Amino acid sequence: MSEIQSEQLKAILREADERLESASVKADVEDVRIRVLGKKGSLTAILRSMGSLAPEERKELGRLANEARAEIEEKLSLKFEELTRSEQTARFAGEAIDVTEPGERIHLGVRHPITLTIDEISNIFMNMGFSIAEGPEVETVFNNFDALNAAPNHPSRDLSDTFYITKNTLLRTQTSPVQVRTLMKEKPPIKVISPGRCFRTDTPDATHSPMFHQVEGLIVDENITMADLKETLDAFAKRMFGEGVTTKFRPHFFPFTEPSAEMDMSCFKCGGTGCRVCKGSGWIEILGCGMVHPNVLKVGGVDTEKYTGFAFGMGVERIAMLKHGIDDIRLFYENDMRFIEQFK
Amino acid sequence: MLVPLNWIKEYVDIDAGIDEFCERMIMSGSNLEGVRTYGEGLHKIVIGKVLSVKPHENSDHLVVGLVEVGAEAPVQIVTGAQNVTEGAYVPVALVGSVLPDGLKIKKGRLRGVDSYGMMCSAQELGFDDKVVPIAHKDGIWLLEGEYEPGTDFAEAVGLRNDVVDFEITPNRPDCLSIIGMAREAAATFDKKLRLPDTRVNDAHEKKASDFISVEVKNPELCSRYIARVVTDVKIEQSPWWMQKRLMLAGMRPINNIVDITNYVLLEYGHPLHAFDIRTVEGGKIIVDTAEEGEKFVTLDGSERLMSGDTLMIKDAAKPIGIAGVMGGLNSEIQNDTETILIECACFNSDCIRLTSKKLGLRTEASARYEKGISPELAKEAADRVCALIVLLGAGRVVSGAVDIYAGQAAPEPIKLRVSRVNKVLGGEMSGALIKSYLERLEMKVAGAGDSLEVLPHYTRLDLKEEVDLIEEAARIHGYDKLGVTLPGGGGIAVKPRSRSLCDAARGALTGMGYNEIQTYSFVSPKGVETARIPEEGGTRDFVRLINPLGEENSVMRTVLLPNLLEVLGRNYSRNIEAARAFEIGNTFRMAPASAADGITAAALSTSGGVVSAANDTAANSLPTVALSTSGGVVSTADDAELPKERISMSIGLYGNGVGFFTLKGALETLFGTFGLTPEYRAERDAPTYHPGRCAAVYLDGERIGTFGELHPDAARRYGIGVRCYVGEVDMESVAGKADVMRYYRPLPKYPSVDRDMALVVDEEVTVRELTDVIRSHGGKILESVKMFDVYRGKQIGEGKKSVAFNLVYRSAERTLTDEEAALEYEKTLTALSEKLGAVLRDI
Repeated sequence: MSEIQSEQLKAILREADERLESASVKADVEDVRIRVLGKKGSLTAILRSMGSLAPEERKELGRLANEARAEIEEKLSLKFEELTRSEQTARFAGEAIDVTEPGERIHLGVRHPITLTIDEISNIFMNMGFSIAEGPEVETVFNNFDALNAAPNHPSRDLSDTFYITKNTLLRTQTSPVQVRTLMKEKPPIKVISPGRCFRTDTPDATHSPMFHQVEGLIVDENITMADLKETLDAFAKRMFGEGVTTKFRPHFFPFTEPSAEMDMSCFKCGGTGCRVCKGSGWIEILGCGMVHPNVLKVGGVDTEKYTGFAFGMGVERIAMLKHGIDDIRLFYENDMRFIEQFK
Repeated sequence: MLVPLNWIKEYVDIDAGIDEFCERMIMSGSNLEGVRTYGEGLHKIVIGKVLSVKPHENSDHLVVGLVEVGAEAPVQIVTGAQNVTEGAYVPVALVGSVLPDGLKIKKGRLRGVDSYGMMCSAQELGFDDKVVPIAHKDGIWLLEGEYEPGTDFAEAVGLRNDVVDFEITPNRPDCLSIIGMAREAAATFDKKLRLPDTRVNDAHEKKASDFISVEVKNPELCSRYIARVVTDVKIEQSPWWMQKRLMLAGMRPINNIVDITNYVLLEYGHPLHAFDIRTVEGGKIIVDTAEEGEKFVTLDGSERLMSGDTLMIKDAAKPIGIAGVMGGLNSEIQNDTETILIECACFNSDCIRLTSKKLGLRTEASARYEKGISPELAKEAADRVCALIVLLGAGRVVSGAVDIYAGQAAPEPIKLRVSRVNKVLGGEMSGALIKSYLERLEMKVAGAGDSLEVLPHYTRLDLKEEVDLIEEAARIHGYDKLGVTLPGGGGIAVKPRSRSLCDAARGALTGMGYNEIQTYSFVSPKGVETARIPEEGGTRDFVRLINPLGEENSVMRTVLLPNLLEVLGRNYSRNIEAARAFEIGNTFRMAPASAADGITAAALSTSGGVVSAANDTAANSLPTVALSTSGGVVSTADDAELPKERISMSIGLYGNGVGFFTLKGALETLFGTFGLTPEYRAERDAPTYHPGRCAAVYLDGERIGTFGELHPDAARRYGIGVRCYVGEVDMESVAGKADVMRYYRPLPKYPSVDRDMALVVDEEVTVRELTDVIRSHGGKILESVKMFDVYRGKQIGEGKKSVAFNLVYRSAERTLTDEEAALEYEKTLTALSEKLGAVLRDI
């Protein structure tokens, strides 16, 4: 083997090392590659010159040259990798951002808190198999009072309590007339809730509104008992306010149910020890309920010996106010965007 | 109903403390408003005896008293009260005491004179102004009788009392009495009820009929009239124990006779009235209706106008009282009254209710009569009054009574099945247990096995049928002791389609940044004028309220837009820079049938009880069920009288960077979620809107809405100082035509060829016209056309615009060549040029 050529290889390697050592950008590395391994590169020239050597020499030189090539290629690659990394590091440093700057938010709108509350209540009852029934906001006196067993002289019928349109029609004071409509239209088993607007002649203040919302429910079937009422409504309270709440049922009076009850719930805020939300009592009144009065079932032609049922009703505003700590009912109807957007 | 606990304890033994008492009463059905405790924490408030009263040297208004307050030396107290006299016993708040309202008593100096404490009024010790006896209403509480100075005041006068304020539901008028509540307490605690002894032993030489005769001309309005007579009446103050009970129960003591009738009113819940017999001409009481238009002066000194159906108490010559409401000034008890007639009568509840309503005069008596009282109670109440008169030495009770009473038919027992009780309550109560509960409420229970026969106590007029008794058994048993089960069976929950679609609309709109609002259904009729909404389409067919809270809430809304504008205006005025809002809600249009029904509030309120007409038509003939139902909304035959309700949607926005097309885009997106592509036509004649920036929305040729930029004049009226974009769409039509089923279309297999084209046209040419021509001349391979830019400028020329479209060509069978697409493109251009004068612009 030619000493000269062997020396040349060493020189090439040396030179490549030196140049790579001083390379500071990727172009320098590429430059080295071209100088050594390019078409006119120094190593390429040696390989080309091998044709003139004797076979043994050629073999030996070939081995050495290939080794040199592999070594250079590896060094090139390492250097390239190193420079890529340092270039990235520099770029990243320059591109660093303040991640505490605000993100680009999409402005989502929100359902009105009354709608949200109705939806929440409705979903709980729909999961228990209650369908949703609707009816008109302007109702007949018959559906709103007579059919619901309200005594002819019941004070709620007065002009001082109820908005009238004509002597036969009024703004419904409860969503119970939907129950009447359902009873007249459908045969048991009946299992419905009716959410909607109601009206009473209350002058607006922090706790009164002449327009408000209710969700009422009705179930009529064979073998429906007051025990069913208790468990169904207790289950509702737990889904709505948390598994930890307990309920109690106090006797009360409603014309359309008997026995009638009001359901109190242990305060979801303080757990029953007494706080501002429950006014120190540990209990919060949530809804009215009872076993459907036979006179109401008869309006729908229901066989009262065979079928029994229970009904319940709750004020949506009251529940929304309790749940969200809202202290003025008028906020719901002022529709200040800053109020509504709090319920996203 | 204010019930002093100590009063109840006179009739039933209650060992429970106040908290337990309240809790158990609540759980057995007597809910309460609250508990008021008198005489609690009155530390260092003692009985004082006034030794002397001297004028204050520096004041005309003040006096200086020397008051003996026990062991220590008498204290000097300056007071402004003028009723303090030497020898009077008064409550004294010593230095260091605290009054119920939190006032701390300190040593004071009033106009140069030292004062060591305060003589107190009844009000200062916790009583309401309206129950304090007139005698010391405006001064220091002067105690009757003698006391040991220095003793604890509350102790000495027995002030410590818990008063429970029970909430009495309309079905339980029997509980508007101490004995009624005692009956409840006895049942709750399973104790015996002891009624007062009403026997009168004072043998009188005369009989009531020697003084008085009674004629009832309207027995249907007065089922019983008991007259008792008392001679040798001495009008004086009633004893402190009686005054105290009256005050605690919310009544002002007057004199012994009035106090006794009030005491019995509270005790038995039965109203009574005392007449000075001197004023009863002819010794005759006639119960008769008034002359129409007759004037009568009541006890309170007011002259009132009677109507022909008002029931009056008259003597031989004149009216002396309005039955069941208030006595007359002409027959009032005077201080020199010697003989009195005590009336204890049972009047028709409807009659008293209407009279009270017409006169605008509601009294303790009328409030009880109008809810119904058993005629059986009258005798007990009359006897009790007489017994108390004897007890107090207020007079001599004449033997016997004049009692006009036809008696009552023997009441039918109510049948009660044990099995039914358990079917409703879901338990396994035995007949014996049920019987014991009912007997605790003083019911008589007969029968055995499943069938019981029950006679309620005569005061329980609310108990009429089996279910009433089931409730009684349940509440005495305790609702908390009933079981808990989940109802079996049950189908699949569904909701009306329109409701689901409205939910979906809420979802789409909130997703686009619009907040939902909710506004009143009743509005001012002026709203449609303010919003410049045209009269066409029934927007003035108002459903009017007879008795609105005010003009601003007097009609049901026919459209939603005015409410939305108010909300936007309110938000703008509160410096909210941008708002996007929508409302989905009902609108109301008068039904043609009720148009002629011009009834007024006056007509309704004088027709008596508002509802009778409805009862006549409705209750007697139950409405038949109409089968036409849509989306879960049930309708009945007499729904014909109801107005038409339609679901509408209003939407609007203002703020930086929004415009007509922001709103249009929201609507297009919304309609898109319902599978609808309505048509938009320029609308130049809607006064609510900017005439050049308003569109009418058509669906299948039917107009379903309008939207656009709010007319600046309208905006000004709502105080909106920026451009505002609003609209209203009939959701009922949208929901009716919505197509929410989605069918799969295969994804494209071959690449498309995209071409842009910018066309210069006259301003009048609409994008829709251009799109229509492109579509109809694009050939089969034209997949989509999308406008992406409109440009106006000098290069284009005056009255012209450049509209740029992106056209996508694609074949379902193979890869298109550029040449194939170019061919169709050219054809389209030719058509555009021929039909709309469009010229291709170089981009």
